[in-house]
Amino acid sequence: MSPARKKATTRRAPAKKPLRKTAPARKAPEVQLKVVAATVAAQSGPPIKDVEGLMAYAYALEAEASERYSEFADAMETHNNREVAELFRKLARIENMHAEQILEEMGWTRPPAPPTGGWRWEGLEGPETADHTDLHYLMQPYHALQIALHNEKRAEAFFRDLIRRAPSGKVRTAAKEMADEETEHVRLVEEWLKRTPKPESDWAHDPDPPRWSD
Amino acid sequence: MTTSAQPQAAPTPQAFKSDYKPVWCPGCGDYSVLSSVTKAFALLELQPENIAIVSGIGCSSRIPAYTTCYGFHGVHGRALAAATGLKLARPELTVVAAGGDGDGYSIGGNHFLHACRRNVDMTYVVMDNHVYGMTKGQPSPTTEPDWDSKLSPGGTGMRAFNPLVIALAAGANFIARTFAGDPNTTAALIAEAISAPGFSFVEVLSPCVTFRPEQREWKQMVRPAPVQWTDDPARAARRLMTDDGMNIGVLYKGSRAAYRTHAAKTPKRPAELEEEFRI
Repeated sequence: MSPARKKATTRRAPAKKPLRKTAPARKAPEVQLKVVAATVAAQSGPPIKDVEGLMAYAYALEAEASERYSEFADAMETHNNREVAELFRKLARIENMHAEQILEEMGWTRPPAPPTGGWRWEGLEGPETADHTDLHYLMQPYHALQIALHNEKRAEAFFRDLIRRAPSGKVRTAAKEMADEETEHVRLVEEWLKRTPKPESDWAHDPDPPRWSD
Repeated sequence: MTTSAQPQAAPTPQAFKSDYKPVWCPGCGDYSVLSSVTKAFALLELQPENIAIVSGIGCSSRIPAYTTCYGFHGVHGRALAAATGLKLARPELTVVAAGGDGDGYSIGGNHFLHACRRNVDMTYVVMDNHVYGMTKGQPSPTTEPDWDSKLSPGGTGMRAFNPLVIALAAGANFIARTFAGDPNTTAALIAEAISAPGFSFVEVLSPCVTFRPEQREWKQMVRPAPVQWTDDPARAARRLMTDDGMNIGVLYKGSRAAYRTHAAKTPKRPAELEEEFRI
C-alpha cells in the first residue's frame, strides 16, 4: 500500500487521531511546500511579432498548464489523494477550456505548431505550468490552489511584460486583454482559496511514513 | 515491425505514453523525465514500434511500462547489457536504456564502463537522485559523503561517484547533463543524444522529494553550462575538474564511429546454432 493511501485514511478518519497521542512522540516532518520559480531563466521572453504569434504562445501556455495539471491529477489519484486529484482535474479542465477558447477566437482548426526550436519561455517551462516537485503526497486542496495562484500570477506577469515589449498597437491590445483575463483568474483563485480550509500545521504528519531514515 | 509502405503520421508525445499511470511519489522528478522522453521521441518523429526502452531495477526503471514502445524491465544493473544485445541483434531499432544512479553506477557500474568503451549506438538516460529510493533511502554511489541519515550516520564519508568523468574516461561518444525540472531542455538533449552516433549518455538530475526533500532546491541551483560543448576530451576533462554537478547542457560530442558487429548479416537459424554449440 502506498504511503499516501495509508495517510488518506488516517487524515480523513477522526477516529484515528488518538493514535497519535498514544504513539511514541514523533516530530512531524517540517514540509514546506514553497512554490518558487526556478532560477534558470533559459532565455529572454518570446519573440512576438504579431497577434497570431502572441495567441499561439497564449495557446501553448494554456495547453501546457492543462497537461501538467492532468499529470498531477493522475499522480494524486494513484496515491489515493482523491480530493486533490479532483481539484487538479478541475484545473486541467479549466486550462483546457481556455486553450479551446483561443482556438475558437482565432478561428484555428488545430493547435498552432511550435516555432522552430520550440516555445521560448523566460523560465524552464510556460509561466502557467507547475513544477513537478511542488507536489506532496499528503498535500491538501489549499496547497493545490496555492500552486494555481502562483501560476496565474506568473501568467499575468508574462502578458504584462509582453505589453511592454509589444511591437505594435494590435499586439499590445491583445496582450492587455490576455493580461486582464489572467488578472481575473488570479482574483478567482484568491476567492477560491478564501473558501478553502487552511491545512493544519502538521498536515504532513504520517504515522507510518515512507521515510524512516531521519 | 511495421513494414507498410504508407508514410505514417508523426506521433505526438501522448502517443508514446501507455495507459499505465506512474506510481512514482508525487513530486518525483521521474514524471518529468517520462514527459521529456516522450517529447524527444515525438521531436524525432519516431514511431513507438521502432523504439525499445530497456531498464534495470529501481523507481526510475519502471519507465518502460509507462510508454507504448517495446520495453524490457530487466534485472538490477543489467539494463545496458540487455540493451547492447538488443541493439546488436536489431540495429534498426532505436534503443534507449534507462535507470537510476544505484542501478547504473553501483550494481551496473561495470556495464556502464564497458558500454561507454564499446560505443554501441544507443542512449543511456540515468535519472540520478543521489539515493536508493525504492529501498527506502540508502546512500547511492552519487550520494554526497556527508549526507547524514539513520541508515548512514554522519554520512558515508566516501567520495561521490562522478558519472560524467567516468563516461568521458571510458569513451562515451556523447555526454550531457540535464535537470528533470526543465523538461523541454531535457527533451531536446535526449533527442540530440539519440541522434548522436555511438553511445550517448544523458545524466538527468531527477529529485527524490521523499528521501531527499532538499533536492526541491535543485531548481534554484542548476544553471546552463557556462561554455559550449567540446569535441576535445582533454578540454571536457578540464571542465569537469571545476564542475559542481549543477551545470546543464552537453559537455562532449565525440566523433568515434559507433561499434558495428562483424557477425554475418543473415542471422543463423536455431538449428544451426544448436549444431555449432553441440558438446
